[in-house]
Amino acid sequence: MNPRISYIAANTFREAVRDRVLYNLIAFALLLVGAAILVGQISIDIERLVVINLGLTAVSLFGMLIAIFIGIGLVSKEIEKRTLYTMLSRPVRRWEFIIGKFFGLAGTLVVNTFFMAVGVFAALLYVSHHLQRPDAWLLVALYFIILQFLMITAIALLFSSFSSPLLSAVFAFSLFVIGNFAEDLRGFAAMAKGLTRWLATGAAYVLPNFSALNVISSVAHGEAVSRQLVFYNSVYALFYAALALCGAVLIFERRDLK
Amino acid sequence: MTAIEIFGLEKTFSVGFWRKRPRRALRPLHLSVEEGEIFGFLGPNGAGKTTTLKLLMGLVFPTAGTARILGMEANDPRVKAQIGFLPEQPYFYDYLTARELLEYYAQLSGVAAKDRRKKVEAMLQRVGLTDAGDIQLRKFSKGMLQRVGIAQAILHDPKVVFLDEPMSGLDPMGRREVRDLIEQLKKEGKTVFFSTHILSDAEALCDRVAIIHLGELRSVGVVADLTSSMHGKVELIWQSAVVPASIRALGAECHVTGDTVRAVLAEDKQDAAIDALRRERLRLVSVTPVRATLEDYFLQNLGTENAPSEVMA
Repeated sequence: MNPRISYIAANTFREAVRDRVLYNLIAFALLLVGAAILVGQISIDIERLVVINLGLTAVSLFGMLIAIFIGIGLVSKEIEKRTLYTMLSRPVRRWEFIIGKFFGLAGTLVVNTFFMAVGVFAALLYVSHHLQRPDAWLLVALYFIILQFLMITAIALLFSSFSSPLLSAVFAFSLFVIGNFAEDLRGFAAMAKGLTRWLATGAAYVLPNFSALNVISSVAHGEAVSRQLVFYNSVYALFYAALALCGAVLIFERRDLK
Repeated sequence: MTAIEIFGLEKTFSVGFWRKRPRRALRPLHLSVEEGEIFGFLGPNGAGKTTTLKLLMGLVFPTAGTARILGMEANDPRVKAQIGFLPEQPYFYDYLTARELLEYYAQLSGVAAKDRRKKVEAMLQRVGLTDAGDIQLRKFSKGMLQRVGIAQAILHDPKVVFLDEPMSGLDPMGRREVRDLIEQLKKEGKTVFFSTHILSDAEALCDRVAIIHLGELRSVGVVADLTSSMHGKVELIWQSAVVPASIRALGAECHVTGDTVRAVLAEDKQDAAIDALRRERLRLVSVTPVRATLEDYFLQNLGTENAPSEVMA
């Protein structure tokens, strides 16, 4: 990797690690995992199902919140606080800054997911006393969750490159919610007619499809995830994140830092 | 060799939310700064100084014109490795310590890994922050932040240093330290381009100055040349407790202290004033030419254009 990108990524990681918001969200996520144990204990025969569902949902939801709340400030906060002035007066290209920021936050989220996943597995071990072979699919669900994080981080960066933190948060969070209903939007598009069909189909393709990346429920039931889905989801998520990043770079390359 | 060349650089911003309208921040600017010079870029607040610096740093894009630094396009990454920049009222990553910040900037500036630590320590010592090196910047005072700002600007041993209002907000000691540092940079052969609205600093430091007002370059030159073009004044001191009416009639500003009168009046009224004192049989103590300052220059040339209160600090 370009050394400047890795330096910016490392500093972004350091910033996130020293941000109190991160620890508050992790604490809430771990509390939710703890709650899953309690709920699991009073759910006869479906303890594992409850722990996996609640645990992975907590990992996903709080990771998304971290991605959005830290991601939206990555560029706009630097402009607002003018820390960018001393960055860009060095041999740092604007695209290197954006990509470095992306990798820094993505790295934070991967490390964060790792620790929360350890919590989920510990909770699972606690309620069922042993891990089963189908539990390996949890790793695929976690991989998909990380793919979602990459997408939402790129989206948050895109909004952050031209908008205020507040508006960026609203836009990114809206896309996150809509993206979780992407399959429903596609279903609606298939049933609609005329202009509505075109608009709904267009929106379904443009908006991020997070529901395709959500296999929590099926892995909780011990169902396998096909290799094909892993491949398509990987290509889709990485392509979507790359496109959003390109958009962020294009906007930021032309932006006056007033 | 010319360190900085600016050819017709101009900037117009769009202001307003719904109905965008143009606001001209900088009219076509032509300027050149020689290597090894301390060049002062002067003007009241809102004159276009920071916009010019931002254009040179590639933080905003020009509406027209170009700039070259050390013979290369200002936006060339090779140039960026050879320049240092201190923004106005700098703000840094406050979750970092001064040492961490300087190490980070050294990395980004391409300082070799083996030299990095040594350079950072030397720079902390140079700006007097060795003991505060491991304190997070959020706990720093304004003066300390300014020192960090200067340290990051010269850390990588740049050939040209751009300082935007480096003395702004500093106490007299801090200002003195920054002045010494700028002089030291000149001794090291660096070119220093600094903007200020504190005229005494510019007078004390600059080889040449440019004066900008309302986005337009008004004059460039050596301070003494600029001020010598102004109508001079003389100071007359004589022994008396009263000011003769004939002296007042010449438009003199008079101050009486005990049995001494100090009067400042236009140079061309000097002979008439001395004649008047002779007629009154008063004892003349001294006649001294009053050197015009940059402040006088500002007041005379820009003072009527909505500036004086901001110009003088």
